[in-house]
Amino acid sequence: MNAMSPLAAGVTITELAPTVRIALRLADISTAPGLALPVKVGERSAEGGRTVLCLGPDEWLIEAPEAGRDALFAALGAISVPHSAVEVSDREITLELEGPAVLTLLASGCPRDLARMPTGSGARTVFDSAQVVVTREAEDRFHLTIWRSFAPHVRAILDLATRELAAGL
Amino acid sequence: MLLIHCPYCEQDLPELEFAYAGEAHIARPADPSKLTDEEWRDFLFIRTNPRGVHFERWRHINGCARFFNAARETVSDRFLLTYKAGEPRPDVAKLTGVAQ
Ligand SMILES: [Zn+2]
Repeated sequence: MNAMSPLAAGVTITELAPTVRIALRLADISTAPGLALPVKVGERSAEGGRTVLCLGPDEWLIEAPEAGRDALFAALGAISVPHSAVEVSDREITLELEGPAVLTLLASGCPRDLARMPTGSGARTVFDSAQVVVTREAEDRFHLTIWRSFAPHVRAILDLATRELAAGL
Repeated sequence: MLLIHCPYCEQDLPELEFAYAGEAHIARPADPSKLTDEEWRDFLFIRTNPRGVHFERWRHINGCARFFNAARETVSDRFLLTYKAGEPRPDVAKLTGVAQ
């Protein structure tokens, strides 16, 4: 159906391959020097394929390719103070949204003003009542990380909004 | 949409990311067994419920996940100030410019 083509909608949605994800809780970032933890909520560091997003004052989401698993686990194992590092790789799936209409598409479910989100940063927020993590990979490319059980709900809204965009609504 | 300033994220963010969590600055009694039934009832259930400035807890649950406190005008639903958990209750007169 021509009206559903990504070209007409101005945005494409791609489900990304599985990746290693760690939810880290830690009181003092100086105790994990090997992880390049950003300090400010929303900031994200990227280094050798690994990214670290600061979700809260003592909480980070670390994503790494499968090939970087051992190096990441070694860095986590070197932390010598009480902390929590939980592997949540399978808990979420990530959708890549890309195209000139990406902000309009995200606005179909996310109340946050994502036009103000700087490229290279991210945040935990909400998408039609499902908690999600949004990161801005480029001016017109976002990643949406969704808890697996909420993913069909979020995807259905995104697909509907894509059809509406393609139809010029 | 109502925007709420999160003192941890340092941004004005949509109300949908937040959850209300009751009146602020209610300290749990240090020795509960010493309280009379009336005092325990007051601690559990009796709230100020003002028409005017209300100090209340909020949680940025779909965000940084922190609890923080807010001073909100209950008539206009305007947030006068938000501040981090553990900080002292601000002076109402300074917030509104009116002595109470
Ligand atoms: Zn926050």
